Amino acid sequence: MSRISTYNHRLLPWLLLAPQLAITLVFFVWPALQAVKQSFLIEDAFGLSSEFVWFDNFNELLHSEAYYSSFATTFIFGIGVTLLSMCSALLLAVMADRVIRGAALYKTLLVWPYAVAPAVAGVLWMFMFHPTIGVMTYLLELVQIRWNHSLNGHQAMLLVIIAAAWKQISYNFLFFLAGLQSIPRSLIEAAAIDGAGPMKRFRDIIFPLLSPTSFFLLVVNIVYAFFDTFGIIHAVTQGGPGSSTRTLVYKVFDDGFIGLDLGSSAAQSVILMFIVGAMTIIQFKFIERKVQY
Amino acid sequence: MVENRRWLTLFSHLVIWLGIALVALPLWIAFVASTHSSDMIMSGTLPFWPGEYMWENYSRILFGDAADAVGVSVSTLLLNSLIMALGIAIGKIVISMMAAYAIVFFEFRFRLFSFWMIFMTLMLPVEVRIIPTFEVVASLGLLDSYTGLTLPLIASATATFLFRQFFLTIPKEMLEAARVDGAGPIRFLFDILLPLSRTNIAALFVIMFIYGWNQYLWPLLVTNDENYYTVVMSIQRMLAVGDDEVAWNVVMPATVLAMLPPVLVVVLMQRLFVKGLVETEK
Repeated sequence: MSRISTYNHRLLPWLLLAPQLAITLVFFVWPALQAVKQSFLIEDAFGLSSEFVWFDNFNELLHSEAYYSSFATTFIFGIGVTLLSMCSALLLAVMADRVIRGAALYKTLLVWPYAVAPAVAGVLWMFMFHPTIGVMTYLLELVQIRWNHSLNGHQAMLLVIIAAAWKQISYNFLFFLAGLQSIPRSLIEAAAIDGAGPMKRFRDIIFPLLSPTSFFLLVVNIVYAFFDTFGIIHAVTQGGPGSSTRTLVYKVFDDGFIGLDLGSSAAQSVILMFIVGAMTIIQFKFIERKVQY
Repeated sequence: MVENRRWLTLFSHLVIWLGIALVALPLWIAFVASTHSSDMIMSGTLPFWPGEYMWENYSRILFGDAADAVGVSVSTLLLNSLIMALGIAIGKIVISMMAAYAIVFFEFRFRLFSFWMIFMTLMLPVEVRIIPTFEVVASLGLLDSYTGLTLPLIASATATFLFRQFFLTIPKEMLEAARVDGAGPIRFLFDILLPLSRTNIAALFVIMFIYGWNQYLWPLLVTNDENYYTVVMSIQRMLAVGDDEVAWNVVMPATVLAMLPPVLVVVLMQRLFVKGLVETEK
């Protein structure tokens, strides 16, 4: 922040900053501090008294089977969403980059799912895979697969992964396409003259040059899968059946609002804040590198 | 492309069209379902083409009560969503622009501190700190109000960063020239910065409008009064009927209507949308 010419008012900058700072303090900093405080307390069932228990809530979490299984669920979900949506987006972007005619139209036809709310995306896919009236369920029946995601945990997981990945394809597609189009044509032409076919060019030139974009998208997708998919899970499976789709963010909500275990929920919030913080820093570190690149 | 491979080009087009069809399939099925009668949907053999109940299904939820669980019409829900989305988008842009202006163009103590405090909010998504935030809003008496729906979501590190980045690219000669001509800070903001930021503001607006429209958990928590329900969260209310049968001929048209406005915004303002998407990620 090296600015030479600036204004020298005393009051005005504070007036300009006031709304932003006030909202940040009231709705971000204060709740975050409350969460930290709450995570050190245990309240009785009626919320009348609370006791300071140091790290008991954290301790309990780190020894709880359910918490680890929620970690595992989140991990599987995150990997599934990231892989599925990045691979399909990359395939489509490579194809769209190849063709000259119709590229603009294709872009328009592929970007719109970004605008669909996660919860709505969940409902769309749930309707297609509805155990009794779903179109997909009907088709799967023809190949002897019985689909019922309200009973089968694996199928429930697959369904929320598909819905979440579907919504993210447009985002990945746009960034992959931009990445592909920024690769110098001369490089690819030179390789073609040297006799490298399309597959070889992709493997040896295009894919390595796409790696900054891919890494960036990897982080973005994991953050998305971890934190922005609450609506899908809440609308489609409510964490079930059993706890087969209960991700970390869903568990914070479930333990706090449904289970009313505020101490544990707050401790989970604090842990999640650290995870988000770490990921944000990775994202920023990387973006600084990209600027030089 | 480099060399002319007709079959490969044809294959590329084919793959893309297949991808487009797969991506659009859920939307098409939702639309088709929204035009059939309840019996037709429940029979389990939904036709591939739209039926004759389109007008009936849509007009019923637009003008009458949406469902038993939601005692207001979908028009009311859409209006609430619009108010929330516009409130969040405009609010974010205004306060972020003011904050970025102060941070870039003024010399004052705690400048760096303010910057970092805003930066921190980036690390705290609503979902993560949901319970304490809910308690704060409840204790301020903001439940069941438009203020409660929008205000807690208005602070945005992303938008502040975007404006800061943009303001830093403005040559300092511009500010000096303005000062020589006797323009004070307020005048500089309105007459020079604001017109220069027009496309940035528009791009940001598109992204933030979608963000606001698609909010789910927050409106679900802070509204009990149906008059403040938004359309996205209401769909969950319509689905949560316990052991009763879901009224799909109500849910499906409501779903289509819930995604129509943001999808239209993205498709019609695609250039601004892409610009906003790329810039908010920097």
